Amino acid sequence: MLKITNLHANIEDKEILKGINLEINPGEVHAIMGPNGSGKSTLSSVIAGKEEYEMTEGEIIFEGGDLTELDPEERSHKGIFLSFQYPVEIPGVSVTNFMKASLNAHRKANGQEDMPANEMLKMIREKSELLEMDRKFLSRSLNQGFSGGEKKRNEIFQMAMLNPKLAILDETDSGLDIDALKIVANGVNKLKSKDNAVLVITHYQRLLDYIVPDFVHVMLDGKIVKSGTKELAYELEERGYDWIKQEQL
Amino acid sequence: MELKDKLISSFLAFEEAFDVDSDIHEVRSNAIKEFESLGFPSKKEEDWKYTSLNTVLKHDYSVFPKKEDALEYRDIKKYLIHDIDTYKLVFIDGIYSSHLSETTHDKIDVCLMSSALSKSKYKPIIDAYFNKIVPKNGLNSLNTAFSKEGAFIHIHKNKLADKPIQIVNFSTGNESALMVQPRNLIVVDENSQAQIIERHQSLTDHPVFTNSVTEIFAGKRAIVDYYKIQNDRASASLIDNTFVEQQEESVCSMHTFSFGGKLTRNNLNFYQRGERCDSTMKGITIIEDKQHVDHNTLVHHIFPNCESHQDYKGIFDENSTGVFNGKVLVEKEAQKINAFQSNNNILLDDKATINSKPQLEIFADDVKCSHGCTIGQLDEESLFYLRARGIPLKEARALLMYAFANNVLESVRIPELKKRITSQIALKLGVSLGFDL
Repeated sequence: MLKITNLHANIEDKEILKGINLEINPGEVHAIMGPNGSGKSTLSSVIAGKEEYEMTEGEIIFEGGDLTELDPEERSHKGIFLSFQYPVEIPGVSVTNFMKASLNAHRKANGQEDMPANEMLKMIREKSELLEMDRKFLSRSLNQGFSGGEKKRNEIFQMAMLNPKLAILDETDSGLDIDALKIVANGVNKLKSKDNAVLVITHYQRLLDYIVPDFVHVMLDGKIVKSGTKELAYELEERGYDWIKQEQL
Repeated sequence: MELKDKLISSFLAFEEAFDVDSDIHEVRSNAIKEFESLGFPSKKEEDWKYTSLNTVLKHDYSVFPKKEDALEYRDIKKYLIHDIDTYKLVFIDGIYSSHLSETTHDKIDVCLMSSALSKSKYKPIIDAYFNKIVPKNGLNSLNTAFSKEGAFIHIHKNKLADKPIQIVNFSTGNESALMVQPRNLIVVDENSQAQIIERHQSLTDHPVFTNSVTEIFAGKRAIVDYYKIQNDRASASLIDNTFVEQQEESVCSMHTFSFGGKLTRNNLNFYQRGERCDSTMKGITIIEDKQHVDHNTLVHHIFPNCESHQDYKGIFDENSTGVFNGKVLVEKEAQKINAFQSNNNILLDDKATINSKPQLEIFADDVKCSHGCTIGQLDEESLFYLRARGIPLKEARALLMYAFANNVLESVRIPELKKRITSQIALKLGVSLGFDL
């Protein structure tokens, strides 16, 4: 589904990604772990198409097509979803209206008419229940005054609405208490299928107790330096990253 | 002939058409003398540093429209808030149109300045309020000299205007170039309320120059909500001079929506003449091309325990220019006041300009005053967020612009008007967002 080969990327002439290789197949859950500043969030932003990063080498192939020249919205239409670490606030635009704009933009890109209003509302209701969201939540301005947990739940709600092929969860566990973490993880798990894939980016092993990865990758200084199964995550939790750094030397 | 000379020489003919024995005759005659000595403002004056009237004044305007033009309701419907019941005062090329208007004298007076100036029953109000709070300058004096027609609204003590009042000035282009000078007087007595919507609308591409003066008086505990819609053609220029005087515990708000016009200048002054007054001035400006919108505001805090809130948002594209010149003057006696002022701007194009100049003059020592001014571009992180959800760049920008301006809309208290302004913003931004804003 996603094949990243020798990916190098800069921001303002500073190289952040220094040759990433990663392959994700349908049905798989991958986790990328690593210390602050190792380039994890950069990788997720580059996959989603953030323009301030410049790809200098390598390629990102998604569903057989090269993503390099595509705008963020086109990547979204193709089925890539990024759950943001810091979702932005949009005053005056309700969660419901934002979702309508987003979903109908996807439909338009696929040559479909706008979704009928009643169908849309039904779907919004269904998916918000999955995330145990209060009905009132849906008429509030997008992310404005939301708690950290509400913002992340809202991200996964959007994921449920858009039903992406590849969901990238960037530090989705940060700022969540254990109850919110369970709800979010439960939401992600219910959306899992053999046809889609999840890439979890996290500092901590905690989230991986609830979203269980098939593969765990360790990122250090812009490269994936070690890959393994979920046991690797436990080892990292216990021993930190220094031993991997040592292995590298 | 220069416009100034033309106006001065037209004055005699204008004035002879009236009863020269009336008190107003003297007011007008003095005003034309003032205009003669003061003239039009130039960029040399500090308040006009960023706004030049040269391109507006160069046309050979007709000062008296020759004939009344008959417009039909269907021609103008779209410029009115028509989905709710309202009183309407409609003027065509400066002349009152009775068949398009809906006036009343039932407990409140919603009628014409021309009758208020000539009928004896209105004389006490005219004597007490007409031309009482208008600062002396060329433009105001010029309007006073030619003051003849406009809206006269008097909400009597303890009465409520039962529906919003619309004041709409159309220009038809019957004249190759037209200058109009509406003169409005609005008196909202003690414990009474009114909601007013004002609009100037040109119907052709002929040049129109409007120099309007509006005096608003809010009595004790009166509530006045005033909305100005400035969404005119690129050939129409407007100088709007509005002065609000508030008695104690009155609550007055002015919302100005500036979406179009060649040159728009808003001179807006609030004078607080009692304790616990509340004054709100808000605006959204969204312009492009070579349009120019200038907000020149003053809040004069004279009494203690009052509040004022100013919030002006501007979005400028292409070669458009904006000016915000907001002055807050707090007298020594005006202790324990809260005065807030904020002016936020987004420039969408390297060629767009905003000149923002907050001025605070505070002579009291126990007050809360704040002002903030920002000039920036749309936030890249927010744009990326929306695009990552599949919303295309143009729509994403529009959504962010809407979000930026939104808090000004929140205080609009006529739902139909709010809806209308919102859809005008969407239209202005040229997008369909997949939902109604």
